[in-house]
Amino acid sequence: MSKPVLGLDHVSVSFPVYHGGSRSLKKSLLSRGSAGRIARDADDRITIDALRDVSFSLDSGDRLALIGSNGAGKTTLLRVMAGIYEPMAGAVTVHGRISPMFDIGLGIDGDLSGYDNIRLRGLLLGLSSSEIDRLLPDIAEFTELGDYLDMPVRTYSSGMTLRLTFAVATCFEPEILLMDEWILAGDAHFMDKAQTRIDSFVQKASALVLASHNLDVCRRWCNKGLWLQRGEVRSFGEIASVIESYQAAAI
Amino acid sequence: MPMIARGQKHGHLRLAIQDVIDGAALWRLWGKLGWNDILQRYRRSLLGPLWLTASMAIMVLALGVVYAKILKIALHDFMPFLCVGLLIWGLVSSVLTEAGSLFTGAESYIKQIRLPYSVYVYRFIWAKVIIFAHNFVIYFGIVVYFQMWPGFIVLSTIPGFLLVTLNGLFTSLYLGMISARFRDVPQIVASVVQIVFFLTPIMWKPELLGGHSVLMTLNPFYHLVEVVRAPLLGQEPSAINYIAVILVTGANFLLAAAFFVRFRARISYWV
Repeated sequence: MSKPVLGLDHVSVSFPVYHGGSRSLKKSLLSRGSAGRIARDADDRITIDALRDVSFSLDSGDRLALIGSNGAGKTTLLRVMAGIYEPMAGAVTVHGRISPMFDIGLGIDGDLSGYDNIRLRGLLLGLSSSEIDRLLPDIAEFTELGDYLDMPVRTYSSGMTLRLTFAVATCFEPEILLMDEWILAGDAHFMDKAQTRIDSFVQKASALVLASHNLDVCRRWCNKGLWLQRGEVRSFGEIASVIESYQAAAI
Repeated sequence: MPMIARGQKHGHLRLAIQDVIDGAALWRLWGKLGWNDILQRYRRSLLGPLWLTASMAIMVLALGVVYAKILKIALHDFMPFLCVGLLIWGLVSSVLTEAGSLFTGAESYIKQIRLPYSVYVYRFIWAKVIIFAHNFVIYFGIVVYFQMWPGFIVLSTIPGFLLVTLNGLFTSLYLGMISARFRDVPQIVASVVQIVFFLTPIMWKPELLGGHSVLMTLNPFYHLVEVVRAPLLGQEPSAINYIAVILVTGANFLLAAAFFVRFRARISYWV
């Protein structure tokens, strides 16, 4: 039995609601079924319990699918694993480098050239200059943008921009890969080439956590499932049985 | 090495120190982001960032000529004083008034990717230093035009400037944090900064206060300006100037450290 690469131990996260009129917001949200619970903290502030007492661990090679309705806490859980939100209670333990892929367009500057944007994105991903230089030909080749890479990204079509961001986002070898569903939601628009690339990219990762509404994708890519409801774990285990209980509850 | 993020009750100090060190190591990133912040504003304009220099030069010229007349001081005496004062004040006031959007402005980054929070602070101060450097060209113009040679005392500008920058780093850190939580703070800071500008001897010479110079001694901004301005004008800052600046730096450090250690993990919840 190998050491877990990612472990969550009784993790809870709640968001304070600072906006004025939060009391009426509370009323309007209370009737919502699936989202996090609305509560009050010690100082009588309104808070939303986004995650409550979440515990599980992943071993090397595990591919976890997060399933649950909108507002169940999937994105919050991904961000906790990425270290963006440090939990209010509990602990997150990570062995290895976390590679979040939430917004691949982050930091794209329309006035910089394609090459400069690749360098900037590389730095944001935590790559060193020499690593970026090494990966640059591969990225440039994949985008098929040729001389356009010397032009400002502002002049690109949206499809060209997507090729650029996608190529950079998948250029390195991820260890623990966290993905929100966007990349699969865009399936139809991606070329076959992109599909192959993302497949091999995911294969290279030592662990994967994927938040998706698409149960087919979850079945195809993942071996484990975690069903979140209102910020709590409803079930965790083999993907087939988790999906089965999720679908049973939905009917 | 395993990365462990515990509940927010543990290891605050260690995590805060780690954040500051990791952030500094990412100098390539914040160096680039800081530059981009400036270039973005002036892209496709003919002068580029030199617009900063041009508009500052015009302001110095106009105010210098008018106020030298009003205050009945010789131009060669007043102009260098005003120029250097405005340059430093430009740095100080832009740091104070814009620190409020330091974290809130980087919301998209903070929510999508884990970077040390100190990266945003370094990036902010770096951009301000670059702007200062552009404006500083005017100083050389003044030196040449009025044929003043400040002597070797000018070298003590360097420690003075470093102290001012350090204060900017500390202040923007806690102002950025407070402003992320309480969105009224930037407005308050902006109005206070404006008042302080008139209370600090920049547009007027300290001698004009006559017997009331204690009013200046109590103004920390006077000392901050003076440790940079005096050597650039060929004078030596007084010991009181240095002591005051060091005290202010210490206080700012403690405030920044207290806020950062205690509330660092809350920033992503606040923005």
